[in-house]
Amino acid sequence: MGRSVSIGGLAVLALGMGVFGPGQKSFEVRAQQKTETMEVKIDNFTFGPGTLTVPVGTTVTWTNKDDIPHTVVSADDSKTFKSKVLDTDEKFSFTFSKAGTYPYFCSIHPKMTGKVVVQ
Amino acid sequence: MAGKVRDEILHDHNHDGIDRRGFLKCMAWAGTGAFCVIQGGVLKSYSLSRLPAPGSKETMGELSFVQISDSHMGFNKPANADVAGTLKAAVDKINGLSAAPEFMLHTGDISHLSKPEEFDAVEQILKSAKPKDVFYVPGEHDVLNDDGKQFLERFGKSSKGGGWYSFEKKGVHFVGLVNVMNLKAGGLGTLGQEQLEWLEDDVKHLKTSTPIVVFAHIPLWSVYPEWGWGTEDSAQALAYLKKFGSVTVLNGHIHQTMQKVEGNVTFHTAASTAFPQPAPGKADSPGPMKVPAEQLKSVLGITDVNYVQGQHALGVVDSTLA
Ligand SMILES: [Cu+2]
Repeated sequence: MGRSVSIGGLAVLALGMGVFGPGQKSFEVRAQQKTETMEVKIDNFTFGPGTLTVPVGTTVTWTNKDDIPHTVVSADDSKTFKSKVLDTDEKFSFTFSKAGTYPYFCSIHPKMTGKVVVQ
Repeated sequence: MAGKVRDEILHDHNHDGIDRRGFLKCMAWAGTGAFCVIQGGVLKSYSLSRLPAPGSKETMGELSFVQISDSHMGFNKPANADVAGTLKAAVDKINGLSAAPEFMLHTGDISHLSKPEEFDAVEQILKSAKPKDVFYVPGEHDVLNDDGKQFLERFGKSSKGGGWYSFEKKGVHFVGLVNVMNLKAGGLGTLGQEQLEWLEDDVKHLKTSTPIVVFAHIPLWSVYPEWGWGTEDSAQALAYLKKFGSVTVLNGHIHQTMQKVEGNVTFHTAASTAFPQPAPGKADSPGPMKVPAEQLKSVLGITDVNYVQGQHALGVVDSTLA
């Protein structure tokens, strides 16, 4: 996580100076392609961790460890992300490219809620 | 018959104010052995082992029907690896009733994952039941991925917009409601404004002496909101039914039998034909309860409802599959 943040800082610094050496540029592209992945486990009708804080560009993967199907649906009206129904051991991934707070829930069991904070 | 271990009845009489307010809540998560006597003679519930004798007053009426629920066809986890088998057992039970019920209600979660082959399997099994008509309402497991499109195509031909409908049988007015669509984060079951307006209109011109039976998947009373076992706007629906002398509300969803009487309304939840769930708050989550195979059928069941004309009460009889 710390690594992505410092790379972002480097990119801004390079822009500010208006200098793009070929070496620097290829380094930057490579760094952006390498996104972090974070896991959320769905277990016992609970998203764990309930609040996950990640840097911009992180891919979050939810895995259903329950005997019962669940979904992962963002709680905003435009449904920024929405999984198909996840049966036992099925996964859903979403890459967060914009900073913000993303509350979500299981549309089958709406008492199950969670949040991804993207910084 | 009840297993020795699971023959357990939780009578929840110690909430303050229950008796003062004139209702009694009996709850048995082990379907069999449950015996609730409710004040005012509004509801009677017998387990199979305590069924009144065939031909006795309690078993005869103008109309009888059966409620089944939560078949979860497609579920194959340890709590029940053979949900088709236990649904068939329910059908056998229905076919063995001394007076053949006129029709069946299925209060949702027909399928586990809304797959066409799951719906097919349930319809196929229910064809072997003596009652030929089945009235369905969807559970949340029946409307996955497609906002209920498939469910409506199969079972909702004559229903209104979101799948709700009503019909009359021998003077009893039946209302099927849908409370599993458009659920909101952190919320409970929802009927929605459009359906509520329809309901108000649907019952407006009925005589107050008309017995009303409402059926929906998620309980229309607050069983345990912490687990989502309730419906946000059910109070509004019940307000439209206040004027009637006899209202029975039949639900599923919680995979255990529970009854409550409040004023003119008798609330009743049916057991699942597939797998039991824990009593409210008795586990970390409402996930399937694993019980030893030989006990499983004692916690699964059907509900037989018997209406006797001229009496306000609808007798509700729970049977287990054992
Ligand atoms: Cu869920």
